[in-house]
Amino acid sequence: MMLYWHIFLAFFIPGIVGYGGGPSSIPLVENEVVGHYGWMTVQEFSEVLALGNALPGPIATKMAGYIGYEVGGVIGSVIGVFATVAPSLILMIVLLGILYKYKESPRVKRMTTYIRPTIAVLLGVMTFNFFFTSYHNSGVLQTVFLIAASLLLLEKFKVHPAYVIVGSLAYGALFL
Amino acid sequence: MKQLDISIAFFRSGILGYGGGPSSIPLVHKEVVERFKWMNDDEFADVLALGNTLPGPINTKMAGYIGYRVGGYLGMINAILSSILPTILLMIILLTSLSSVKDLPWVAGMTKAVVPVVGVMMATLTWDFFKKSYQTLGKIKAGLVVIGSLLLLQVLGIHPGILIAAILIFALVKKDKAPKAAEKNVERGVG
Repeated sequence: MMLYWHIFLAFFIPGIVGYGGGPSSIPLVENEVVGHYGWMTVQEFSEVLALGNALPGPIATKMAGYIGYEVGGVIGSVIGVFATVAPSLILMIVLLGILYKYKESPRVKRMTTYIRPTIAVLLGVMTFNFFFTSYHNSGVLQTVFLIAASLLLLEKFKVHPAYVIVGSLAYGALFL
Repeated sequence: MKQLDISIAFFRSGILGYGGGPSSIPLVHKEVVERFKWMNDDEFADVLALGNTLPGPINTKMAGYIGYRVGGYLGMINAILSSILPTILLMIILLTSLSSVKDLPWVAGMTKAVVPVVGVMMATLTWDFFKKSYQTLGKIKAGLVVIGSLLLLQVLGIHPGILIAAILIFALVKKDKAPKAAEKNVERGVG
């Protein structure tokens, strides 16, 4: 019982403190899992993280699901994921519920308008980071080629992103 | 049928989102706004803004909320499980069977090749947001907010969550234009 409570706490705290999406909460998870509870060594943790980064999907829940499973079996895994996801999701549903109740209010409408340029900047920064990471990992030529090819397929030929991503995975497996 | 659509939308955006939650934002946008039309761009921007202000993983917050809007509590659970369960299972299977997958060169190559592609999708979404900002706020106002946000976020290193929260509160408490003009008239009348 105590163990399950600890698993809950270990993932609840990074989930609620970690601003800025899953990747930003990873150091906090490490702090709990390695530093506080000692379930893993730094070496083990970084191996799990490396595999987590190689697999698709959100990173925070992958870590919670796997570490929860290692420490407390299937129930531990469920608790870890629940503690990561539920608190901020509940907050989100409540706040957006309030927002939509007053959807017609000019103030709420103004929120949407005012926030948009900032979101654009945030997405722009993320875009830059993705391109920069790619330049760092694969070099200029491969990066420019992949950008040009995917831009053409996605925007000009309107290919579904799923196919473009699968195509790039195949390209990477063969040529990178 | 609706629940099946939710499963498909979030399974696809989860399994294709390499590089953590944020990389699946353009994919979620594609499914939710363009393919299934559960939301328009404005609503999606609101969800993204609030999601960025609140702590915790962004992907599950978006999946959970959108699933809830479309299909109630069942839709919420459905959307979350569809986006996270496949990869958690994959992770447990891989880590308990063989632990050297990440060292295989072709796995590393896959991960590398997908990064610029996600970047392109992110760029397209960014462009949509800029265009919409310019249409609703006008060139000057939108430009000022963009430059201001860029300075605050990148130069001064203010946390995005704090900046977004500040803008949302400002929009909420700022006096409306019409009453302001009326007040001025009253003052003039008295003076």
